[in-house]
Amino acid sequence: MPLFEEGLVSLSQKLHSKEIKASDLVDEAFARIHEVDGDVKAFLTLNEDAARSEAKALDENGTAEEAILSGMPIGIKDNMVTKGLKTTCASHILENYDPLYDATVVDKVKAQKAITIGKLNMDEFAMGSSTETSSFAITKNPWDLERVPGGSSGGSAAAVAAGEVLFALGTDTGGSIRQPSAFCGVVGMKPTYGRVSRYGLVAFASSLDQAGPITRTVEDNAYLLETIAGLDRHDSTSADVPVPHYAAALTGDIKGLRVAVPKEYLGAGIDESVKEKIRAAIKQLESLGAVVDEVSLPHSKYAVPAYYIIASSEASANLARFDGVRYGVRAETNDLIDMYKKSRSEGFGDEVKRRIMLGTFALSSGYYDAYYKKAQQVRTLIKQDFEKVFQNHDIIVGPTTPTPAFKVGENIDDPLTMYANDLLTIPVNLAGIPAISLPCGLADGLPVGLQMIGRPFGEETLYRAAHAYEQTAGFTLTPAKGAMNK
Amino acid sequence: MSNFETVIGLEVHVELKTKTKAFCGCANQFGAEPNTNTCPICLGHPGVLPILNHEAVDYAIKAALALNCEVARETKFDRKNYFYPDNPKAYQISQFDQPIGRNGYIEIEVEGKKKRIGVHRLHLEEDAGKLSHLEDGSGSLVDFNRVGTPLIEIVSEADMRDPKEAYAYLEKLKAIMQYIDVSDVKMEEGSLRCDANISIRPFGQTTFGTKTELKNLNSFTFVEKGLAYEEMRQERVLLSGGEVVQETRRYNDATKTTTVMRGKEGSDDYRYFPEPDIIKLKIDQEWIDRIQAEIPELPDARQKRYVEELGLPEYDAMVLTQTKTMSDFFQAAVAEGADAKLVSNWLMGEVSAYLNSNYKTIDQVPMTAQGLAKLVQLIEKGTISSKIAKKVFKDLIEKGGDPEEIVKAKGLVQISDEGALRDMLAPILEANKQSMIDYKNGKDRALGFLVGQVMKQTHGKANPKMVNKIILDEINKL
Repeated sequence: MPLFEEGLVSLSQKLHSKEIKASDLVDEAFARIHEVDGDVKAFLTLNEDAARSEAKALDENGTAEEAILSGMPIGIKDNMVTKGLKTTCASHILENYDPLYDATVVDKVKAQKAITIGKLNMDEFAMGSSTETSSFAITKNPWDLERVPGGSSGGSAAAVAAGEVLFALGTDTGGSIRQPSAFCGVVGMKPTYGRVSRYGLVAFASSLDQAGPITRTVEDNAYLLETIAGLDRHDSTSADVPVPHYAAALTGDIKGLRVAVPKEYLGAGIDESVKEKIRAAIKQLESLGAVVDEVSLPHSKYAVPAYYIIASSEASANLARFDGVRYGVRAETNDLIDMYKKSRSEGFGDEVKRRIMLGTFALSSGYYDAYYKKAQQVRTLIKQDFEKVFQNHDIIVGPTTPTPAFKVGENIDDPLTMYANDLLTIPVNLAGIPAISLPCGLADGLPVGLQMIGRPFGEETLYRAAHAYEQTAGFTLTPAKGAMNK
Repeated sequence: MSNFETVIGLEVHVELKTKTKAFCGCANQFGAEPNTNTCPICLGHPGVLPILNHEAVDYAIKAALALNCEVARETKFDRKNYFYPDNPKAYQISQFDQPIGRNGYIEIEVEGKKKRIGVHRLHLEEDAGKLSHLEDGSGSLVDFNRVGTPLIEIVSEADMRDPKEAYAYLEKLKAIMQYIDVSDVKMEEGSLRCDANISIRPFGQTTFGTKTELKNLNSFTFVEKGLAYEEMRQERVLLSGGEVVQETRRYNDATKTTTVMRGKEGSDDYRYFPEPDIIKLKIDQEWIDRIQAEIPELPDARQKRYVEELGLPEYDAMVLTQTKTMSDFFQAAVAEGADAKLVSNWLMGEVSAYLNSNYKTIDQVPMTAQGLAKLVQLIEKGTISSKIAKKVFKDLIEKGGDPEEIVKAKGLVQISDEGALRDMLAPILEANKQSMIDYKNGKDRALGFLVGQVMKQTHGKANPKMVNKIILDEINKL
């Protein structure tokens, strides 16, 4: 059995008792990458030499007992800046960019002596739901190489599912951790807005972006979130709320847990195969003692349009700094305006351009009230929908995505269908609340994701419920090796 | 006079002298080597986030209070989007609809008339970098040192009716900023910058005429001159049947004229929206009270006190309070026991003349307030004459020190001993007997000549009052 399938706690114990070495873990990561990544294409940049020497140093000097992540191979999404390790956001405009500092989340996993294996593919600037908008490669779903891994953290989810790393960091602006986690059969947490520092995440939509863990198990996820969460003086939107020891919440006991199932989440537009798995999962929760009610999130149908206005508006400003003046790719011209136009026209891909234009339009004088302002009002209504449900319920449960993984090329030329893929994840970002996606079985051989949504800073409750379900669901999900390298 | 009324509004940017920049930890200082005072945050690198410098907010609140503004209880920041190489994020963090200060005013005085000029709003924002263009046209260079320096933008109401009022408004604004010590307010270093809006309209009309905006106003004098030119130009345009075009014009001091910089069609849509990286800021009463307590006596209050308590003429009080350094110097000299009016005369006369011709301010010369006070007292006591005092003053202002010591060292003590003076005068008067006779015969000028002769031969040390008296005595004896 590959080491990574044992999970973090067991590996950490073995490492401390010298049963295994950090080098074994790093060896497994690179062996696996060399075996399957030619097909999966999860990685954009490998950190092989540094990773091997870090592992060697740990083997020689020992690991710190209290640092559970010590020696564990981790993959980092390529929109998190890493000092001395190229960070491209999967965009031509940053293809030569070497960051001057480490993102706070990177800093935190490094402080625990986790070992960075490399930088993971994504949709360009995290704009997309399939990793197909990457300027450099299309990552494939390890369960079926003809299918997408989801996105934008497609590289992160695929690398974990394919066993190339023990776990990975992703970011979620409208579902970018949860949707690929669902498609690839892994566990992904989008924490409460402000739970994890955004310092060093290349901003897409600042009021929505959150970093979070993508792991094989709920327990691993809890440990990784505990590591990266917390107040950061570099991010004034990070919350001054103590970080709990999440793993302590994994008691298996969810008796009396009040579970809400929004009827909109099992209504029209959701695949029958998905609904079937979700209903079974809900039954499972009931059998564990949870009390299930149907509720309504009436404004969730407006979430996708509101999201595309808010996220694109913020993105239009956030991506304006990529102008060829100080770093990144600069097109050679003799004129300032031409330089801007050419650098940006050549540097950005179609989806990014589409959203910059959408956002620029929505913020323009004369349109602001009709679009941006109205979208913010809708956002408030969506938030209130959730608050209402949480008055009487502890978590909300439903599918993560309307369908299992779709085929490469199936939706890429149809932005609206692609955007609709995020209709179950986007409301969570607009409300700033936490949600986790975890596998709840296979439909036609493809993983289905169960989404659990919690109150602000209710990550512990989500972990308890997800863990209770995971431990009793009676299946383990690992894609057949044959699926990857045929 | 003209048939048109002039309407002027000013937008002033003041750089705040906080220790660090507005949103990062870089030092806030002028004059460092290009691009040495930068970090990933002010350079707008991917992933960075702004952290609001609360000292900058303190300063902005202080300025708002000193300009009699209402201070917002809740305020926020917004992004102002535009592309330019000196603007690394391609947006400036500014404040759009919730400025820190609103509805304030500044009191000015022009030709003895007092007037209140409204302050429409005051908001906090960050400065941009500096672009310089290579002379051969081969490219441009950017210096990002200034990026992120906290600025307050102070927008006046369109309350000024004369370029002289604009000048007075700027003088007063500058003085207030100096008094509250939030800025160096040096136009030559760019820590105070001004754009002006001007329009004219027939007297009696209530709506505004079409305005033009003036830029490149690098001194208060340029502001006044540029506005005066623009006033005349707009009037000529209207009188010749034309229409004033809304545009931005550049003032050129070489020609003393304004020329078109860009038209209205070039006006930008800045696509303001709330800055999501900075949380809303609540300013409670406690915060406002703390800042209010830090505000010292302001120029208007000092001016009033100088008139009412020290008996200075209004004009003296106004001039002395124009800069805090001068006003502080004056107060320190008076505190030493010197006569306020005499100190004022010296400061407004000899001292100002020296400072102006040497391009210095009162805090840049070795003379202390104690020094000037003593000089004034030496004259009051009659130890030295006003004439000798001027000699002493030259030493005092250039080298500093104690006027009493200077007087002693140079042997400049006034001779007021009557017997000694009579002895000294006898041979001089003997030699100028004809002049004494002339005076007696009604030639008044002759007395001045005689006194001059005495002063010359005594090197100015003779007490002029007594010399006068002795000469008249001697003439009467004739």
